[in-house]
Amino acid sequence: MLTALLVMLGLAILIGASLGYASLKFKVEGDPLVEKIDAILPQTQCGQCGFPGCKPYATAIANGEADINCCPPGGDDGIHKLADLLGREYKPLNAEKGVEKPKAVAFIDEATCIGCTLCLQACPVDAIAGAAKQMHTIIAPLCTGCELCIAPCPVDCITMETVQETVDTWKWRFPTFQIKPVNTRTAA
Amino acid sequence: MNAALRKLFSFNGGVKPQTHKAESTRTPIVPLPLPPVFVVPLHQSVGGTPIPLVKPGQKVLKGERIGAADGNYSAAIHAPTSGTVVAVEPRTMAHTSGLSMLSVVIEPDGDDQWLATEKFPFQSAAPDEVRDYLRDAGIVGLGGAVFPSHMKLKPGKATPMKTLVINGAECEPFITCDDMLMRERPAEILRGICIMRELLQAEEAVVGIEDNKPEAIASMQTAAATMPYVQVVAVPTRYPAGGAKQLIRVLTGIEVPHGQRSTDYGVQCFNVGTAYAIHEAIELGRPLISRIVTVAGHVDTPRNYEVRFGTPMDFLVQQAGLKTGCDGFVMGGPMMGFRMPAFDVPVVKATNCVIAATPALFPPPPPEMPCIRCGECARACPTDLQPFEMYWHSRAKNFGKAQEYSLFDCIECGCCAYVCPSNIPLVDYYRFAKTEIWARERQMEAADSARQRFEARNERIEREKREKAEKLAARAAATRATAQADAGSAPSADGADDAKKALIAAAIERAKAQKPATAEAPAVADASTQD
Repeated sequence: MLTALLVMLGLAILIGASLGYASLKFKVEGDPLVEKIDAILPQTQCGQCGFPGCKPYATAIANGEADINCCPPGGDDGIHKLADLLGREYKPLNAEKGVEKPKAVAFIDEATCIGCTLCLQACPVDAIAGAAKQMHTIIAPLCTGCELCIAPCPVDCITMETVQETVDTWKWRFPTFQIKPVNTRTAA
Repeated sequence: MNAALRKLFSFNGGVKPQTHKAESTRTPIVPLPLPPVFVVPLHQSVGGTPIPLVKPGQKVLKGERIGAADGNYSAAIHAPTSGTVVAVEPRTMAHTSGLSMLSVVIEPDGDDQWLATEKFPFQSAAPDEVRDYLRDAGIVGLGGAVFPSHMKLKPGKATPMKTLVINGAECEPFITCDDMLMRERPAEILRGICIMRELLQAEEAVVGIEDNKPEAIASMQTAAATMPYVQVVAVPTRYPAGGAKQLIRVLTGIEVPHGQRSTDYGVQCFNVGTAYAIHEAIELGRPLISRIVTVAGHVDTPRNYEVRFGTPMDFLVQQAGLKTGCDGFVMGGPMMGFRMPAFDVPVVKATNCVIAATPALFPPPPPEMPCIRCGECARACPTDLQPFEMYWHSRAKNFGKAQEYSLFDCIECGCCAYVCPSNIPLVDYYRFAKTEIWARERQMEAADSARQRFEARNERIEREKREKAEKLAARAAATRATAQADAGSAPSADGADDAKKALIAAAIERAKAQKPATAEAPAVADASTQD
């Protein structure tokens, strides 16, 4: 009887100690779910979802405070991926937040630009080069197309230009299926 | 070693389509006359797009560099003839997409005058200089992959180079450009092989030629008779024996595993056309401005032409006598070729063959039927993949799974689609999946870099705010301390009031001190404008 108790006690201490050690040793920094959600979000940092960036939106989704259909740049594809990851039901994009658009980058009309730096402050990803009273320009490969620089511009010299397909980025289309016509009776 | 004694190996799979090669080998290679206009696309090889060096209105000589290699992973572009640059603008590329790319449009002056060319001092130059020279001469792989050759002409770091494999197999139906080149110019090819062998420090060079080209084999063997380290070997005719990995396997027995390069095993592979181009560049100082192109299909006299890059394809095909009823051009062969978006697209470095297509020659594909998992495609696959699995996952857009089945080891040879009893265009699915995966990777990289920059920016803003606050606090503390010191032993009851007064006094002092400075500044500015 006593031996059995001692054995159980010993085991309890041993397992408890190892669990305690493991919880310290393999402690996960941050929330892995937030990271996973953040990896799906497009990182435009546009704030169309109502949160100040993709990470805060990811945190809100993880905490159940936000819906998964609030990200227009992520589009339908993004919502499907989030639904798969979180085991939630797919919902069409929330139209209040915006519409899915083809990828575009900002373009500054350099003749009109007065060098006010307001767009520099608005750009969430530092994709605009320039300084006070100097002409500004978009570093196109870095631009995420968030459109946050358009509103602050006092002379309206920023426009969005859709990214054109090039030979290097061109994709083969999905091979279409040829549907065999089947003789069916017409209605009427 | 006698070539006849060399042990040959074989690769799995492969098919034997009708070759259609006899038609275009009856007549020798002829140089193509000058077309009315050349459209030379700047991006003709794998790697960076060359930077244009010419402006509209500028006169250029034949062989003059018009596009400089962008970095080392690129190759230069040269003027195909002497003339005037009419425009540097986007023109339709010889690419299925029908997209345009920056091209140099040259109007020939008819003189066809070479830029002063001289032999490159190959023996006295350092290997790196030779490689840079080849890059600036625009030498790329002419087998179809158009990979910059100078990048491949480096001996492996770990393994010494043993065998230099020269690809003269030319397994694809209709194409005979390498065949004719080997028949007519074997000595030049062999000189190119010697240069490559020296650069790679390879022990031996082996030329593999499919045994359906006895004339080419005989011609190469005669020319190589005096070279003990070059062997000309006939390999069995089976498509795709001309694939680099397949030919290496046939000639050396080495199977290059997934994710590794043949240089890791002491083998490197080049096309015979590339060897010829290297000879032209080094010994004659002529950059790569032309190549042999087979014209076949719906024409009066299928034959091979020496065509300069930038020649419109319709001009080329008309020389061979284009018959009526052609509904498009196919660049490359019927197995791996691409249908061109227009008739006037230019001949580029990758153009080994132009087939004038007709609905009779290339009938529309029969309706695609469901995969019955018969496994024919797996038996035909020369890279030992499982095409039906890759097809299944590509079709379901399950790209991760498709990659697990080594989608990127697929060489798109088309054997699987050729044997498929359900007429499934398998290669189209692989191409779709590959480009889709690349697009997603690009998107992922862009998102990662945007995330990093966003986080860095937030950190910077936080840090600046903190530093500003700290600075302000420090300054306030300093003024308070001086004010208290000034007030000295003031009664403690009025201490707070005094400190406040002292702060205000200090602020006034500072403003006064700043005033003369600002008053002076405009004066200085005025003085400078008067000067």
